[in-house]
Amino acid sequence: MAAKNPQAANPAFYALLVALIFMSVGPIFLMLATSFKLNVDIMSDSSALFFFPTIRNYETALCDMLWYEVEHVRRCDPTFGRALVNSLIVATVSTALTLVIGCMAAYALVRFRFMGRDTVSMTTLMMRMVPPAVLLVPVFGIWTFQYGIDGTRFGLILIYTAMNLPFVIWILQSFIVQVPIQLEEAARMDGANPFQTFFLVVLPLIKPGLAAAAIFTFRVAWNEFLLGNALADRNSRTVPVTIVNSLTEYDIDWGVIMATGMLLAIPPIIFTFVASRQIITGMTAGAVKG
Amino acid sequence: MLANANRLTPYLFLAPAILILAVALMYPVGYMIWASFLDWNPSQRIAEADFVGLRNYTNLFSDAAFLESLGVTLRFAAVVVTVEMVLGVGLALLLDRQLRGMTILRTVFILPMMIAPIVVGLMWRYMYHPTVGILNRTLKSMGLDPVPWLSDGGWAFTSVVIADVWQWTPFIFILSLAALQSLPKSAMEAARIDGATGWQLIFYIKLPLMMPVLIVTALLRLIDAFKVLEVILVMTNGGPGLSTEILALRISRTASEFRELGYAAAMSNLLLILLMVLTLAMFFYGKIMDARAARIRAEAEEAV
Repeated sequence: MAAKNPQAANPAFYALLVALIFMSVGPIFLMLATSFKLNVDIMSDSSALFFFPTIRNYETALCDMLWYEVEHVRRCDPTFGRALVNSLIVATVSTALTLVIGCMAAYALVRFRFMGRDTVSMTTLMMRMVPPAVLLVPVFGIWTFQYGIDGTRFGLILIYTAMNLPFVIWILQSFIVQVPIQLEEAARMDGANPFQTFFLVVLPLIKPGLAAAAIFTFRVAWNEFLLGNALADRNSRTVPVTIVNSLTEYDIDWGVIMATGMLLAIPPIIFTFVASRQIITGMTAGAVKG
Repeated sequence: MLANANRLTPYLFLAPAILILAVALMYPVGYMIWASFLDWNPSQRIAEADFVGLRNYTNLFSDAAFLESLGVTLRFAAVVVTVEMVLGVGLALLLDRQLRGMTILRTVFILPMMIAPIVVGLMWRYMYHPTVGILNRTLKSMGLDPVPWLSDGGWAFTSVVIADVWQWTPFIFILSLAALQSLPKSAMEAARIDGATGWQLIFYIKLPLMMPVLIVTALLRLIDAFKVLEVILVMTNGGPGLSTEILALRISRTASEFRELGYAAAMSNLLLILLMVLTLAMFFYGKIMDARAARIRAEAEEAV
């Protein structure tokens, strides 16, 4: 296509490109700008672009985590700071768990022929589409009455790991298939046992796949609201839950809420810019190998 | 001994995954199916709940609010997937050329999908705000009447659709662009030599060749559209009235506000069946395409 298109530099295409970039970044930029505004600036009719930026909203949200006293905050509300710590712990631990367990399972499904293999891979496929809304009632019931782990970080980690596992297993399969089996056979000849072969030979080769899987898993655990809301108590609330809780019908403190939203959005934004290639590979593998 | 260890190896690799899936995913799903036959509220243990047979299900189909929310869900999914497919594929066909800046576009296009749905809802709720929102401000500065984005039933549905289109059109764009760029160059060359115009090229060569990927993409998107919850929760919380109350939201409200867990479980079950059908459709479509590709390959080899 490209070779046949010497007129590709048509300015209309660049205009379209710029418009699309503007449209997808615009709302995010607007949120960023609002998070640096005082409420008077948000409410005023003057232009949205000229204002005196302030980090007050961030100070209000993070007041108990700062090393200095914030004088404009009369009563410090530690909810958000605590939620940020919870979110970080829950998302990181469940991502690590999911990856380790998921790639072991994916390896077994790709490289071994054994009884029950088809059942396992069919089950993971079916479990892939179970949405949080469907899990809401049973997980609430079981976590509260049977496991007794409601209101703990462990409870959240367990359900997020389980929710992400089918997807991770399935996406890593497509990466493990591409590892030349001769490498594994060579390792086996040199006397490595299956676990050594897996951890020392296969894992280093599927790093891009692991990166993609890690990002998708982290994203789900970091962003999830519904189950977090049902399971967490005051001390184990995650950031999405606190944000929704602070949304009231009237009189929303837009500046502070946008600052918290921005803090929630920062890790995924960083991942996007650092690893966009892996993300796209992961997404494409998802559709092509449906 | 060695043979024995070998036979156990796959099970050792699988054990942790199977344990977690069984404890935290399969058991809950089975539990939910059982709960859908119970009259159960959150203060009871499940053993204390009364068995009511199919009553929850029969009630569902005479429950106007549920039917309304089912209708909203189906309408939302249909509209959103159609609009996003047309826009996404259209843009991919248009921008399938060597432009500087394509990498930036692709990176930036992932952003809406990566950030939390809660935050997406927040951003749009702010933009739709009747007085401080940028949309009504822009309308006002152009001398037009403000639009009741989220406070009028019809508009609220449109607003929710717009937010979803903003968030997910890039997904379809990226996938169809990848599909386009992996099409065999020879087919395109041949058509061009035969004198096909740009439009003919698109409708008779590109789209048919992309079709398998497009169908899978549409199905993936459809499955996701039935799962949407947080964006709408933050923007409208299902209102005004029931105009944007999609099924996932209805389930969550039935469980937490009306405290009828059995009834919510029955709804969850229906949603699950719906998603299961779509997933199976996708799975078997993939199988059929694989089989067809294998057959064509075999025939080609025979011909040689």
